[in-house]
Formats: sequence, structure tokens, C-alpha cells
Amino acid sequence: MRLAFILSEIGSGLRRNLSMVVSVILVTFVSLTFVGAAGMLQLQINQMKGYWYDKVQVAIFLCSDGSTAAGCASGPITPEQQENLKTLLQSPAVAQYINDFQFESKDEAYKHFKDQFSNSPIVDSVTPDQLPASFRINMKDPQKYQIISETFSSQPGVETVIDQRQLLERLFSAMNAASLVAVSIAGVMIVCAILLIATTIRLSAFSRRRETGIMRLVGASKTVIQLPFILEGVIAAVIGAALASGTLWAVAHFFLGEYLSKQYPDTAFISPGQTLILAPALLILGGSLAGISSLLTLRRYLRV
Amino acid sequence: MIRFENVTKVYDQNVRPALDDVSLEIDRGEFAFLVGASGSGKSTFLRLVLKEDRATSGAVYVAGQNVAKISSWRVPRLRRGIGVVFQDFRLLPQKNVFANVAFAMQVIGKSRSVIRDTVPEVLKTVGLEGKEHRMPHELSGGEQQRVAIARAVVNRPGILLADEPTGNLDPTTSMGIMGVLDKINQNGTTVVMATHDDDIVNEMRKRVVELKNGVVIRDEARALYTSMIPIVGQSRRLKDASGREEPPPAGPADQGSSAGEEQR
Repeated sequence: MRLAFILSEIGSGLRRNLSMVVSVILVTFVSLTFVGAAGMLQLQINQMKGYWYDKVQVAIFLCSDGSTAAGCASGPITPEQQENLKTLLQSPAVAQYINDFQFESKDEAYKHFKDQFSNSPIVDSVTPDQLPASFRINMKDPQKYQIISETFSSQPGVETVIDQRQLLERLFSAMNAASLVAVSIAGVMIVCAILLIATTIRLSAFSRRRETGIMRLVGASKTVIQLPFILEGVIAAVIGAALASGTLWAVAHFFLGEYLSKQYPDTAFISPGQTLILAPALLILGGSLAGISSLLTLRRYLRV
Repeated sequence: MIRFENVTKVYDQNVRPALDDVSLEIDRGEFAFLVGASGSGKSTFLRLVLKEDRATSGAVYVAGQNVAKISSWRVPRLRRGIGVVFQDFRLLPQKNVFANVAFAMQVIGKSRSVIRDTVPEVLKTVGLEGKEHRMPHELSGGEQQRVAIARAVVNRPGILLADEPTGNLDPTTSMGIMGVLDKINQNGTTVVMATHDDDIVNEMRKRVVELKNGVVIRDEARALYTSMIPIVGQSRRLKDASGREEPPPAGPADQGSSAGEEQR
């Protein structure tokens, strides 16, 4: 009974205050979309880092069947050549610059590739044979990349030596800057949302002061009097958060999935499904912001 | 049922207290009028009973409990034991008669079936049978006040506080309302009614507590609105009143001037 009563109170509150409620929904929607956009950029950075990025800096790709590089003229790398490279890596001249190194076989390379490009159509057309095996090197000082490059580029059986970190670092710093901007805009918008929710709840409390006055007099508990107002704000904010989550999903699905991944097939993009892990965070963030700001407002404007 | 022990209420340090060292006891089942000019402390008295305000000093007991010692989350329980009626009815304009009365039960979580059984019964008590589906604006003032009384007593409180319930009503309607309050009192509810309406007080012959400037100046059983024992301020006021009632010496000019005086 009491639940039904509270629900009907919420319904009438939302109806009476419709324009304010819509504005709360829109403001939380926009602010949380920016929060979510920052989150998506971080997810995308993680996706592009792939399996090796945080573990190693330099990759020595070995010649395989399809290699066209000059160093691979004699065909795929032989086991002796590979053994030589390993010995060289362990020799004191090189070992002083590196922490450790790992060998990635074609099969392992295929597995990591599949993980990274799981959302891309390219994955279906690639077989383990097409991927080069590699030595992955964790440098003591990433700046010393040149030494490794010079030592190994000319070795037989080496296709190329790549400092992956250097390639991606600039892109990532741009993306980090973008997510910082998104977070700043989100911060301002969240302040707007909080103030707007407070004003809405205040208006709502004012327009229903007759009811609340009577409720007080006949001995309704604080919960029964305040809960409809708080839930009103929370519901509006949660709708906004749901819209924001939907927008992020749509961006991932239509923009990244259908457009960008076709334009840049060799880049790993996040899947629409991955953006959904942001949704619960946005819903909780929106709901708790609204809950707290309405509670504080009611404390001042609704006597119980 | 209600006991005030040396209660003083000061709203503003620079002004005299709204209630000044008031000690008073109203027993269970009693019917008491609170009379006195505006600002004499009647409303403050009622607010203190409801714990809407806190006494500056002294203790207020309601149903044996010191209200100052009731924690804020238990105040609703105190208020469930007290019904309140106002001069301006305070009905919810968008709800019909039944819904207005039912509202008081809904908000404290009574079940639908209990509400369906109780509300018509209470409406019958206040004489509004068959008007369940009327809207407040379709009712006369007296009927609206009956709805307000029904709402105040539907949860069977032990105390009914009425703050000038007949203030907006004509004398005949007022007597009808008094009949309802008397009936509720007969059923065992303690009734405290603040009023200016001398006819009603004189008619009912109940206990009268007179306040003046926050002090109880009279507390008589089965009394009249004005004291039968003359008090200084009172008798002067009566003399003034009788002086005005003296017929003017003569002439239309004089009548004109007296009319002007009245307008003023």
C-alpha cells in the first residue's frame, strides 16, 4: 500500500514538473555522455595497446613466407638464424640494455592478434602463417631503442625492428588529451546537473507543500514524505544516464564499427559490447548524484 | 492528556514571550476552549503540543510523554495520536472527499481494505454520507470543514486540536461543526479548540482557558466566553463598547459622522 502510494506520488510529481524533469534528463544525459566518452577513449587506448604494449617496447619481427623486406630475400628464417638471434640477445653487449625478452611464435602471434582485432572483419582473413614470429624485448631504458635497432636490423632472418611504443605514444597522448577535455566538460555539466536537480526538487517540494504539510500533520514518516522527491530526481537522472549509455553504444556500433573500422581496417577498435561495461558506472553515477543533491535540498526546503 | 509545566516560549529575545510560564493540564476526554485575542499565545500552545516548536523552558507532556524527549524520528508517531483542524480547512483541491480523508490513512501505510471500511464510517460521523465523490470546491464551507475533521479523526487520535475551526463559517454552520466536535468528544477524544467565537463558547458551556499576552488569566469549567468575574481590562472594554452603543443625541449630520467613524 505504502509502496503503491509512493509510486503514485512520484508519478504525479513527474507529471506536474514535466519541463523541469525533461531538462534534468537532458543535462544528465549530456554530462554523462561526456563522462562516457572519456571512458571510451581510455578503452580504445587499451584496445590499441594490444597484448604486448605494456610489457615490451621493441619488437624484432622475423622473416616468414610472405615477407617482402630486403633482409628476407633468402626466404623464411631458419632455425639456426633464430638461434643466433637468441644468442645475440643474451650476449653481454646487448643484454646490458634489456630487462628480458620473449619469443612469440606464429601461433601465439595469431592468438594475440585475434584478441586485439576481435571486432574487426580482418580477423577472418588472417591465418597463423601470415603472421611473423617475433622477439619481444623489454628495454631497461626505452630511449636506447636505436642500439637494438642497429644491432638487429641487418641480421639475417630479421624482417624489421619496430619501436611500437614510439609509434603509438603520440596517438595516445592526443587521445588522453581528448579524454581530459571530455572529463572537464563533463565536470562542468555535472555541476549544472546537480544545481538543476536541486532546483527541480525545490520546486517540486514547493508545489506539493499542501500535501507534505498534511502528511506531516497526520504523522507520515520522514521516508514516506521525502522518498517520492528523492526518487523523482533519481529517476530523471537514471533516464539521462540510460540515454547516455545508449548514445555511447550507438557511437561504438555505427561510427566505430560500421565506419571507422572499414576506413582503418588495420586498427583495433572497441566493440559496442565493451561500451556497455560503462553503462552501470554511468547509471550509478547519475543516480547517486541525483540522490545526494535531492537529499541535501530536501533537508533545507522540506520540513519534516 | 496534555500537561504544560511552567512552559515559556520565546520567539524573539527582544519581544515578550509568546507563552510565559504557563502551567495547565487537560484531562483525557475533556473538551477545552482556548480563548484570547490574536497574539495571546493560543497558536503557540497548539504548536508546542504538536512539537512543531520546542519550548524555551518548562516541559510539555502529551499522553504522558515529555515531547522534548521524543527523538525526531518518533515525532510522526506522536502526531498520529493528534488530529488537527484549521480555519482554512487545508483540503487537497484535486482529490475528492473520500480521497482527502483516505490520504491521511494512506500516508501512514494503512491497507486499502481498512481504508475502504473506515472512511465511509468516519464520513457518516461528521454527517457527509453520500458525498464521498464530491470535490472540495463543490462543497460549502461547513461541509469542507467536516471533511477536514473527518481527515483529522480518521486515524482515531486521542487528541483533536482545532485552531479556530469556525473562523470562516457563519453562526448556524458553526453550530453544526460544534455538534460534530462534541460528538467526537463524546466518543472519548480530548478536544482542544482555540477560538474567537463567543457565541459558540457561550452555547457549549465547556471549560474555558483564557490567555492574554502569553499568560493564563482564567481557567474555568462550564464557563462563558467572557468572565463572569469582571477583570479590569475587560470591564473597561465593555464600558467602551456600551458607550458607543449609546444613541447619538439628534440630527442627520451626527448620524453621518458616526457612519464615517464606523467606516474608519
